[in-house]
Amino acid sequence: MPLIASKNLMEPKNDKGRKVVIRIEDLRKSFGSNQVLNGFNMVLYKGENLVVMGKSGSGKSVMIKCLVGLMTPDSGYIEVMGREIGALDRQNLDELRSDIGFLFQGSALYDSMTVRENLEFPMRRHKEKLGVVQDTTPLVIEALENVGLGHTMDLMPSELSGGMKRRVALARTLILKPKIILYDEPTSGLDPITAKEIIELMRSIQKKYNTSSLIITHDVDCARVISERMILLVDGINYADGTFSELSSSSDPKVEAFFKK
Amino acid sequence: MAYIVKPVFITSKMVSRIKKFFIQIGELSYFAGRFFKETFTLPFEFKELLRQCYHMGNRSLVLVVMTNFIIGLVLTLQSRPTMIQFGAVSMMPNMVGISIVREIGPVITALICAGRIASGIGAELGSMRVTEQIDAMEVSGTNPFKYLVVTRILATTLMIPLLVIFGDLIALYGSALVENLKGQVSFQLYFNTVFDALSFGDLVPATIKSFFFGFVIGLVGCYKGYYCKKGTAGVGVAANTAVVTASLLLFVVDFIAVFVSDIFYEL
Ligand SMILES: Nc1ncnc2c1ncn2[C@@H]1O[C@H](COP(=O)(O)OP(=O)(O)OP(=O)(O)O)[C@@H](O)[C@H]1O
Ligand SMILES: [Mg+2]
Repeated sequence: MPLIASKNLMEPKNDKGRKVVIRIEDLRKSFGSNQVLNGFNMVLYKGENLVVMGKSGSGKSVMIKCLVGLMTPDSGYIEVMGREIGALDRQNLDELRSDIGFLFQGSALYDSMTVRENLEFPMRRHKEKLGVVQDTTPLVIEALENVGLGHTMDLMPSELSGGMKRRVALARTLILKPKIILYDEPTSGLDPITAKEIIELMRSIQKKYNTSSLIITHDVDCARVISERMILLVDGINYADGTFSELSSSSDPKVEAFFKK
Repeated sequence: MAYIVKPVFITSKMVSRIKKFFIQIGELSYFAGRFFKETFTLPFEFKELLRQCYHMGNRSLVLVVMTNFIIGLVLTLQSRPTMIQFGAVSMMPNMVGISIVREIGPVITALICAGRIASGIGAELGSMRVTEQIDAMEVSGTNPFKYLVVTRILATTLMIPLLVIFGDLIALYGSALVENLKGQVSFQLYFNTVFDALSFGDLVPATIKSFFFGFVIGLVGCYKGYYCKKGTAGVGVAANTAVVTASLLLFVVDFIAVFVSDIFYEL
């Protein structure tokens, strides 16, 4: 896989005096003749909430999957916390992944396991990191109470509502105390009130653990509340970026289309 | 002279089908290769393996018992008149015993398990793929191939032979029941005759064959599920093609096994 731009390693890790935790340069990915990503660039700074917006099928999920090594890009350079994803072996990649939380678009709870087992699952390979030897129950309880679902510990995912599933998935994402959290459409498929609750949760988590968050969404309300900075993904590239108010007052037709009611 | 048979043209659709067939064989072999590689690297998911063994045995036991019992009954009932005609009814246990242990028992049990287990694995892994559970496993530091695939293939490889042996005994019991009711043969005499008739050369190839049957069932189920196409339709396709492919492959393996053991027989 030709990964270009090792020259970027020589560049200082600071942009505008802020620490960079994720850097994507010239990311390209196609499926057959379907060119999905066409030279996407992005930087996530430490402690910020960055929203990437794009319409359905624009390649947001593909981008975020390349970021954690679930997909191999055709070309491009991806660096997470100073380490190049494409160059890591399995063990180092797993180690790095324990610092990245990933909330999947459809929650992705293991449906053959109880809520408790779902939450314990990520810990099976990372007990040293957490400093627990045997009993992980207190951690499970803490994580579930963080999302207000302390009582669901012994239920199966099929017994939960969509919103509850999303919260449990969030708890599972947080259980390894990640430094970066990637949210793939955290509010999709939820009613506006539940969506709002999830957004509030995301904000409180960010304050509590001071994580850096990359939020992928096509929900304008979600973007307005949570974003400090936004990137619009159009035609496989980072078409525009800025704050929510900057972008929502733009006169570019492709940008405007996102904010039109 | 005119052609009587219209010449068959090879259409591009046929070409692409044939191509797809060989691609699948290649992928399946690669998948099997990866299985062997990952089976022998640490860490080993022992707990999950036990859980899978238990599930598979549990899920197919009733079916295996029912089908084998009926096959034992029917086989004996059907062949009784002919055996009587030849005055060979006392050879009944020998004939039924050998045909069940060498061929019918393993094949019936494996086919039932292909329907039950391969489709189950195909659907389960398929829906895990579609709902991104496999991706979630991957990012949480557990190798999903090891955790899901290796354990399941090992479980079927170990459990199918056990189920086959159990199924054989049930089928023999069914046969003995008929002999007991119709021919006044005691169970003890029946089973003594059967075990006298069976030799090492009957049991060993049948058992080795069963391990391969188990491997094929697990391999095909996992392969179809693991590479399931997106969408809920994909899960159905995965479950369905898992059963069809596994059943077909079972016969191919059976043929090869019989062919090979025949060579050894003649030595
Ligand atoms: N594994 C795959 N194989 C083939 N094509 C794929 C695959 N994954 C994604 N694609 C294609 O890539 C494009 C982008 O998909 P992606 O899932 O990233 O969209 P998205 O921006 O996340 O959309 P949504 O908002 O609906 O989730 C789609 O056209 C899709 O068909
Ligand atoms: Mg998506």
